[in-house]
Amino acid sequence: MSSLTNWVQSEAMENRKESARRIAYRFRQNPLSLVGLGIIGGLVFVAIFAPYIARHPQDAGYMGEPAVDFANRFAEPSLAHPFGTDQAGRDILSRVIFGTRYSLALGLFVLTFAIGIGVPVGLVAGYVGGFVGQALMRLTDVFLSVPPLVLALAVAVPLQPSLRNAMIAIAVVWWPWYARLVYGEVVSVREEQFVEASRGIGASRLRIIFREILPNVMAPITVKFSLDMGYAILIGAGLGFLGLGAQPPTPEWGTMIAEGRAYLPAQWWYSTFPGLAIFLAVLGFNLLGDGLRDVLDVEVD
Amino acid sequence: MGFKSYVIRRTLAGIPVFIGLSILIFTLARVLPGDPARLALGPRASEEAVQSLREEMGLHDPIVVQYLDYMAGLFQGDMGISLTTNRNVAADLLYFFPATFELITVGMLIAIVLGIPLGIIAGQNKDEAEDNASRLFAFFGVSMPAFWAAILLQLLFAFHLGLLPATGRIGVEAPPRITGLMLVDSLVATDFEAFRSALAHLLLPAFTLALAPMADIARMTRSSFIEEFNKDYVHALHSSGIPGKLIAYKYVLKASFASTLTIIALDYGFLIGSAFLIEIVFAWPGMARYGVDAILANDINAIIGVTLVVGVVFIVANLVVDILYGYFDPRVRYGGDEE
Repeated sequence: MSSLTNWVQSEAMENRKESARRIAYRFRQNPLSLVGLGIIGGLVFVAIFAPYIARHPQDAGYMGEPAVDFANRFAEPSLAHPFGTDQAGRDILSRVIFGTRYSLALGLFVLTFAIGIGVPVGLVAGYVGGFVGQALMRLTDVFLSVPPLVLALAVAVPLQPSLRNAMIAIAVVWWPWYARLVYGEVVSVREEQFVEASRGIGASRLRIIFREILPNVMAPITVKFSLDMGYAILIGAGLGFLGLGAQPPTPEWGTMIAEGRAYLPAQWWYSTFPGLAIFLAVLGFNLLGDGLRDVLDVEVD
Repeated sequence: MGFKSYVIRRTLAGIPVFIGLSILIFTLARVLPGDPARLALGPRASEEAVQSLREEMGLHDPIVVQYLDYMAGLFQGDMGISLTTNRNVAADLLYFFPATFELITVGMLIAIVLGIPLGIIAGQNKDEAEDNASRLFAFFGVSMPAFWAAILLQLLFAFHLGLLPATGRIGVEAPPRITGLMLVDSLVATDFEAFRSALAHLLLPAFTLALAPMADIARMTRSSFIEEFNKDYVHALHSSGIPGKLIAYKYVLKASFASTLTIIALDYGFLIGSAFLIEIVFAWPGMARYGVDAILANDINAIIGVTLVVGVVFIVANLVVDILYGYFDPRVRYGGDEE
């Protein structure tokens, strides 16, 4: 009996390893997702080592208030300042490098919060169902009835404009997307035979939710997480652009673009390069997410 | 179940969502920290002035009473007074909405006209250079921050090349306002000078808005096209000697159009979100800019009004999606699940 259990377990382990290998292989076959992974790896590296990579970390407010050097204001892009300088003579490249930290932090915070709330809500609504489930999903519908940017704006208004409050506003409107995703997945697997079987041998509700159902929704959550990192960064930059996120002189990308807009068209570089950084970051997460979607073979809206 | 009763059922399902949304927005605006009256008047206003505005806005009543008052007013076209324009928010929205509607509608038309052929070309040449180029374009389209793309296009076409105006809605005297849609009004007045100017002003912002849905539409058209192209009837058509182009546009496009249509309706709802950023860049005098101004001025009635209108556009767009699904795929109508 115990040897049978052992055999089943080792067989299952083998299968899991085999499918992991297959996934890794398929992923490597897709050049675009590798590019995405490379971009994100680069971003994380830059975010961590920003003080060592940036040539003028003090211009981005590292260890104190952002430096000013008015003699050097609005320098065109050159070898000394590849992205030019801004109205206070600060090196835009250094500021863009530090901006990586804010955008990644925003995306991570928003999605951690959204997954932390949305996944349990979806699991409960999907598996337990009943009145509570219905009520939760109707609440979700309400949140999903306005574009995230607009709802985040409405939430951000009564709070003081700051990066932290922008994060909170976006997180508050983001969880319903995960609730709906998980709900749909749970409904589609809860009547499957393996769940039935687990119920048959007397597994508890919690055990079924966490051991049988949750693993099945991990793949779509992973894909959506990657795609949403890009989307959350876009929305965060949008709030910054509208003046409801990080405040100047914080080197947040959206905020920088808004500042630079006052100096168009002469100082074209000011708004252009922070935008390029947003574009690159979002592109990286989209490429990775798209590759993961192909490899894990899941549909997310 | 017939198509008609399906449509009615779906439409009715939108009502509780709207009521829920109004409660949510209203609660957000009232419960979160910050006193609307104080915010509106600024930190230097006297306590008496703030008190009297609070009285006027009904902020002393219990929140349920405030909500019911607001909803009762809403049905009579009264959305409260905007603190920035001193007019009724409903009148303001009626004034500003057409500009936004014109912008997102023309944007969506551009996205459709360019996105569908792009998707078809990609689908017909699966895995070849055309396909890869269109995939790459699709990735670019959805990854670009709309407000940044707006600035770049403005730099290039308006400031650098001087081909198109950089900001505003019209450069000559505006035609008499009938619908509020500049293109329509100028045609009604047979003022072609105004029409030309309105169109020139519209092109850049509408094209910027179109980028993301264009990418979506191209991608969706491509995948449903490829799926459809591998079906038996297409092989049959091929072998009976019908030219490939005819097959593509006459038969396959029609059959694969359902999923493209639904993504169009869905994206239309999202466009109104992007408009919030685009209207700022192009100084477009629409509802989104009115909304952003209201936000920066803490004009709470205007914020509630704008969010509700956006919600209605979004709910209607989703309703259209559901109806299209039901129209193209009758199985959906019997689904029973109210998801």
